[in-house]
Formats: sequence, C-alpha cells, structure tokens
Amino acid sequence: MAAAAVSPAPPKAVVRPPRERVSSWPLVDRLFYALCWISGLALCAIALWIVLYMLVKGVSYLKPSLLTSSPVSGSIQQTSNGGFLDPIEGTLLVTAVGTLIAAPLGVAIAVWLTEYARPSWLARAVDSAIEMLAGVPSIVLALFGLIFFSQGFLTFVSQGAASGALGQSFIAAGAVMALIALPLIVAATREGLEALPPRIREASFALGKTKATTSRYVLLPAIKPSIAAGVVLGMGRIIGDTAIITVLLGGSAQLTEPVGHTPVWGLLRGTGSTLTSYVYYNSPAGEGNAHEKAYAAAFVLLLMVLALNFLVTRLTVTGERGPAAASRLRMKLAESFAGRRWS
Amino acid sequence: MRGGVLQSLRSRRRNDGGRRSTPASGAAGDRRAELALGALGVLVLVLIGAMVVTVAIKAWPSFRYNGLGWFGPGAEVDTELRAMRESAPLKGHGLLYFTAWPLLWGTIVTTLAAVALALVVSTFAAIFLTEFAPPRMRRTLDPVIRLLAGVPSVIYGLIGILAIAPWVDQHLLSESRKKSVLYVVQLNGENLTTGTLILTVMILPIMVAITASALSSVPPAWREGSVALGVNRWRTIRRVSLRTVWPAVAAGTVLATARALGEAVMLAMVAGSTPFAANPLDGLTFLFEPVRPLAATIFQESEGLTIGPLSHTIYAMGAVLLLSAAMLSLAGWAVKQMLVRQGIRA
Amino acid sequence: MDPLMPPPIRRIALDAEPTIAPARELPQRNGHAVPAAVAARPTRAPASLVRDRMTVEGVWLAYGENWVVRDVSLPVRQGEVLALIGASGSGKTTLLRSLNRLTEITAGAARAGRIALDGTDIHELEVNALRRRVSMVFQQPNPFPMSIYDNVAYSLAEQRPDRGRRRRRRSPELSAAVEDALRRAGLWEEVSGDLDRSALRLSGGQQQRLCIARALAAQPEVLLLDEPCSALDPISTATIEELIVGLRESVAVVIVTHNLQQAFRVADHVAFMHLGELVEYGPSEQVFDRPREQRTRDYVSGAFG
Repeated sequence: MAAAAVSPAPPKAVVRPPRERVSSWPLVDRLFYALCWISGLALCAIALWIVLYMLVKGVSYLKPSLLTSSPVSGSIQQTSNGGFLDPIEGTLLVTAVGTLIAAPLGVAIAVWLTEYARPSWLARAVDSAIEMLAGVPSIVLALFGLIFFSQGFLTFVSQGAASGALGQSFIAAGAVMALIALPLIVAATREGLEALPPRIREASFALGKTKATTSRYVLLPAIKPSIAAGVVLGMGRIIGDTAIITVLLGGSAQLTEPVGHTPVWGLLRGTGSTLTSYVYYNSPAGEGNAHEKAYAAAFVLLLMVLALNFLVTRLTVTGERGPAAASRLRMKLAESFAGRRWS
Repeated sequence: MRGGVLQSLRSRRRNDGGRRSTPASGAAGDRRAELALGALGVLVLVLIGAMVVTVAIKAWPSFRYNGLGWFGPGAEVDTELRAMRESAPLKGHGLLYFTAWPLLWGTIVTTLAAVALALVVSTFAAIFLTEFAPPRMRRTLDPVIRLLAGVPSVIYGLIGILAIAPWVDQHLLSESRKKSVLYVVQLNGENLTTGTLILTVMILPIMVAITASALSSVPPAWREGSVALGVNRWRTIRRVSLRTVWPAVAAGTVLATARALGEAVMLAMVAGSTPFAANPLDGLTFLFEPVRPLAATIFQESEGLTIGPLSHTIYAMGAVLLLSAAMLSLAGWAVKQMLVRQGIRA
Repeated sequence: MDPLMPPPIRRIALDAEPTIAPARELPQRNGHAVPAAVAARPTRAPASLVRDRMTVEGVWLAYGENWVVRDVSLPVRQGEVLALIGASGSGKTTLLRSLNRLTEITAGAARAGRIALDGTDIHELEVNALRRRVSMVFQQPNPFPMSIYDNVAYSLAEQRPDRGRRRRRRSPELSAAVEDALRRAGLWEEVSGDLDRSALRLSGGQQQRLCIARALAAQPEVLLLDEPCSALDPISTATIEELIVGLRESVAVVIVTHNLQQAFRVADHVAFMHLGELVEYGPSEQVFDRPREQRTRDYVSGAFG
C-alpha cells in the first residue's frame, strides 16, 4: 500500500484523569463519604493502639526469668517472684490435647459431609449440629464438660473426688477445647474439598479406586493447606479461651503433680493453669494483683496469636489453587475465625 | 455381554444416587469407611443432644422452684447467690430462690447496644474498605482486621480493666454523679459503657469481614451501569450495593450477636463488679452503672459448681444461654435460606 | 490498491454535508437479503434536522503505556446513527466509553485531545451531569435487582427508593417519565401490566430494552450503545435495531458493533477503526460499497476481523 499507515506520533499533552471529585457531590453524600473514611481510620487506629499498648506494656514488664520460672506455689500474691512457665506449659498441653482430638475428628466429619453424606437427612442434621456447636458459648460447653467428666466412670481422665470424678484435668479441658476448634476445622476442610474440581475424583474412580481410598490418598493430600489453615485457626481459638480453663482446669497456678504412674497420661490427668487463666487471675478482676505479670503473660499470649495468624496467612496464600480461590478461602476463614472465638 | 450391561445397569439403579462407580472389590471397605465416618458425625450429634439434655436436667430444680419468677426481678442477685453459698436462705425463701432479671437485662442491653453500634460502624468501614480506600490501605487493613478478630478476650479484658476503665473513671465520671447514687451502687470505670464499647470492638471484625466480602461480590456490571447513568459512587453503593448485600449483613449480624451473647471473660472483668440492673430512667447515669450479663455471671460463679443449689442456678443460667444460642442458630439458618434464594433470583 | 487513490483520510471535514440517499430496493449484502422491515426504514432526515451534538477532535486514549485510540476525530450528530466498527482491539469500545468519561474509572487511563458536547469540553462539565446527558447501554443487559419501575426511575429518583406502598408513593411526574421512557424503548406494552415485577425476571431482549429505557429516562442528548445485541437472539436483535433507528430523531446514537450486517442495517454514518486509528469515516453506503481504504475493503469483505 502506497499510503501505508504512518502512525501519528503520540501527543505531548497527556492528561491522567483524577479519581472522581468528591467535592462535586451533594453535601449529604459528602457527609457519608467522610463517615466512611472516619470509620475505616478508626478501625485502623483501634487496632494499632491495642497492639502498641500491649507491645509497650509487655516489653516493659517481660523479663526472661518470667518465661523460665514457675509461679510461686499456692500463693495468691504473685507480685514478688515467680514467672509463668507453668501456664505456658499448660497452654501448650491443652492446645496439643485439643488439636489432637479435633483435627482427625474434624477432617473425618468433613470428608463424610462432602463425599458421602448419606442419608441426606442425617447429613443435614450433622451439619446443623456443627453450626450449632460453633454458636454455643464456650462457658456453656464447659459446664457440659464438667457434668460429663464428673461421672464416676471417667475417673481415669482426671482424679477421684467425693462424688464421682473431679472432672478437672488437662484431658477434660482439652477434650472440650476440641469441641470449639471442631467447627473451624470442619469448615476449612469442607471448603477445601468443595473447591477441588470433580474431575480429580472421576479420574480416581475411573481407575477403580474406592471413595475411601480416593479421599485418603488423593483428596486429602491435595487440600493439605486448607486443613492446616483450619487446624491453625482452631489452635488460635483454643489458645485464647479462658472460660473452659476456669471450669475444667482448676485454679492452681502451677501444674500439679502427675496423677498415677503413667508418664504422659499422668501429667495430663493433673490440673494446672494456662496463660489465659494466669492473666485473668493476676488482673484486678482475679485474686492476684500483679498486673505487671498479667501484662507480660498477655504479651506472650498475643505473640502466640499473632504467630498463628501469620501462619494462616502463609498457608492460604501459598495454596496450590489460584489466587481467587485462595482469597475466597481466606475470606471465609476470616469470617469463621472472627465469628467463632470468645472467652 | 448384553447380560453384563444389563447387570451393571441394574446395579447402578440400586445405588441411591451416590457417587458410587466402583467395582465390587473395594465396595465393602468403602461401606465400612462410610459407616465409620458417619458414626463420627453422629457422635457430634449425640454430644449436642447430650449437652442439651444434661444441662436441662441440672437446671430443672432451679426453674421448678422459682417458676417464671426466675426471669423476674426480686432481691439482689449477689445476695441470693451468697445465700446459696453460705447455705443461709433468705427470709421467706428457700435456698434455690433466684431472680435473674438484672442479669438478663444486662445481657440484653450490652448485646443489643454492641450489635447496633457495630452494625453501623462496620457498614461504613466495609464500604470504606471496598470502595474508597486507596489500594495500599486496603492491603494493610485486611490483616489488621484479622488481627483484631484474633485477640483473645482476656486481653481485651485486661486492657479494659487496666487502661480504659480508669480513663472512664477519671474523665467521664464526675464525683457528684458517683455521690448521687452512692446509697444504691458504686460507680466506677467498670460499667455498662466500657463493657459495651469493648464488646463492640470485639464483634466489629466479623461484621466488617462479612460485609466487605459481600460488597466486593456485587456484580460489577451493576456498579458500572449505575455510574454510567450519572449516579455518584456513594449513591450507587446505597441504592444498589447495600440493597443487594443486606442478607449477608443480616447473617453477619446474627453471628455477631451470638458472639456478643457468649462473651463471658471480658465482660466479667470490665462491665461491673455487681450484677445490677442498670436503670435507664436514671438518665445519663444509666450509662455508667455496672452490669453483669449472664455469661459473665456464670464465669464468675464457676467456683461454686460444687455447691448444690448454686450449681443448679448456674446451670439454669447456662440453659438460658443455650436456648438463646439455639434460637440464634435458627435465625442464622433462616437468613442463609434468604441468601440462597436471593442468589438464585439474582 | 490503486496507487492513484488519495491518501488516507485522517481528519474528517467536520462540515461535510450528509448525503441524502434515495429509497432503495431490497438491499443485498454478500448475497443475503436484509429483512424488509429494516430495509424499508425511513430515508435519512433532511440535512436541516441533523445537528452536531458531540465532536471528537484529535483524541488519544491510553491504558497505562498502551495507546488504544490514536488521533481520532469524528462528529456525533443527532438525527443519525453513527456506527463504530472494527476488529477486536481496534479501540472502538474505548472511544465509546470516553464519550461519557467512563474511561476514567479505570486506573491508569490517560487521554489527550478534546471531546465536546454542544461546544463545551466534557472534561469541564461535572461528570455525573455529563453522564445524564450522555447515556450508555452495555453489552450484557444489567438491570438492577429492583422492580421495572425502580430501574427506569433510577436516574430520576433522587430520593430513597420507594419501599412498601410503592404505588401510592409514586409521584405522577415520575410515573409519566417512566412510561415515556418505556414507550420509547418499545417495552411499554409488554410490562405496563405489572411494573413492580423484578426486572431480573424479564427475558434477555426485554432486559436490554429495559436498560435502554433506563438510559432514556433522563432525556439524554446522546445515547451510546456498546454491542447491545451481541448477547441476544435474532428476534430481540431485530426489535432493538428498529428501536435504535426510531430513536435517532430525538437522540444522537452511537453504536459499537462487530456485526457488519447490523451496522449496515442501522447506521447512517460508519467509522471504521483499526488498531486504534480511524481508518475511514463516511456514510454507510460509501463505506460498505465503495470503501476508499484497502483495510476497510478487507475488513468489510471479511478478510480479517
């Protein structure tokens, strides 16, 4: 072509349009715009303040000795010496017991609800039960746990007492903790399973594998990040709970002597405290008035929660699915996480 | 060959529509696995049922003794509880005498106020997050919200009792106000307002998360269509987006209410030292009166679970909480049905 | 291509007289007959009734670093339908969206040149006021999740949308405007029975006509249509095309379409764009039957696109 397209040179005067000018809106709309900004900034400010406050207080009161020494035994006055090693151990023990019970149970139930779910009325009932479990306050679950573990035949879980069993031990507390972590794990696993495309299952069935085998060897490994995220969320919930501890773990600041002669089990049958109950008892609301210790313990607790939060973010971001699915999962987990945590 | 095809057709019809397309060899094992897994699900069902039954049984004596008066006003809650603890019944009543009205009132006021406040603030914050915030701010706010959601309630309680309550005591509560009600109750920083405000902060993250996620899934075609018609962004949000997401907001509200209802530790630390029925007729003083909601009371009295009458009373409180939790679950289910219907319609 | 042909037209003479075409026989395009109803459309309005509404002068548009529209100049006239045709990526949709400043909602958009509505640069107008004068209908019908009435009244109702006792609270002026818009969009007969029905229950063609009614409710001066029939079946398409032709007296219509037959059926002037440049602009008969550019000829005969 003789008059081949001679592309015109790009212009010199280029304008990049600004965002919509709010100043042109009517007054009422501008007010609401301002309200939105204020709310958003307020949210930021509150969160920032909480973190900074705890940081300042925690750093000023936290000494390494606190982490390594046990609380002064029996004494209510914690002001002088003694740290919170026992409560830290208690937290770890309860979390471990709770997670060990909840994780397999949660994954199993989630698999049943997603892959089998027969008969359907039963599946719906179980689904509603899990939802309801998520909605029951943990203090009520603790009350139920106390009745349950006070029964005489369950003395092996805690210790004997005047009528039936004592009902308070790490095992008892851990078991009820499992109940509050369960809905989170079930939700996360189900979300992961439902996000898997059906062709994965079809491929496995076409090779002659059963549903059980498929679930165990194909599906569950594929959703490991989801399961992990759910478990970590459950752990976060367990770590932060105080009500169950108060009811089911007794009030001794230190870990009591192991009950019976079995090595680990004996320890678990005993009572003790966790960081949450330690913070409570050392605050002005509890008996102790050592609020420096309370701040220090609370700071350690907050660090644990932050670490778990960070872990969940990493797990959901580096999932194998696309970014859209990952953010959906994160949002859903944020909802469950935010909605299922108290006391 | 034909027989084989007919055979497999017949066996396929026998299945009840599940995804069973496996040969016979693994089917037995599959059936076992299904039963085992199903049993675990049933276990949870049984546990919930057992919980409801046992709590009800333990609570029954208290309800039977007090009848409907259990929910009403009467003597002071603290006095009644102390009577139970010391086995010294109040004049004219048995040991099981209990009137829970101050607790119920405290629960209702704190929960409703916190949820209402959180609803308003979270809606604006969610709109800010999805529409008006600069992208960098949006990215930082996301982990911030998750952080707020993750803070344990005992830490909220600690900050409340050591930092916020003293501030309220010093700056918002005047000496004259304290003196004016001295004969009835002691006013300090641990009161209705402090408790409600912190409770609001605790339930904000759930609602912001849910509302923001719902807002960002409003079809962009609607938003673009509205903007192309010359309607500014705020009006678009108000008239199109909010209208579309209100079921999700309702679901979030139900979730938040359940959370607020069950909050025991923070409120026990911060909302007040006495279970007092805050009186709105007191005017502004109402805001500074102490309250003790139901869950917080259970938490406070949990050492008394070994004493007979006290334990029945505590379980009665637990039963009330359980009932409210069940009703909220039902409400949540109803809202979810509405969401599903809207999803199909839209 | 004949090397003696004049160079490509880059600047359109803005005062070119539109030709008055005589009524013609049933037209044929590539051997296909065009439906009689469309072919029998009224002849062009006499020149005196056609007036310039918008002018595009030397417009450049970019997203980020890519120049998507390069130095385009066109008139948009009331009394005629202007079709923008071209292959995907030719910048026709971007150009359309710049006419009501919808390109601004994309981050990183840049522009140069001038677009004027009735002589005023559109960037000096308040953007929402501009968009009420220059309305747009999108490719996918996007009625709001409200009733038919509320949809059409949307840009008019500045107060809260009616709730509950809707019928009683409707002002008569609003109802009259809604009815007028629905009539102009050819939807009135079909929906007048129940205006409170959810707009989402309408069929695809009806929804698109509803969107047109919604766009017309504010009495715009220019109506922009972005491939409005591409998601619709042929019968709905034909209905909407008739509608478009009927509207041109009162509104300046600009339609983007990748369907050449549709452009032929409805357009009075056609602008062919390729890779962001305006290759050819002229009356539709001239562009389709006697294109001056080789590229136009190739596109119109289906060699690419």
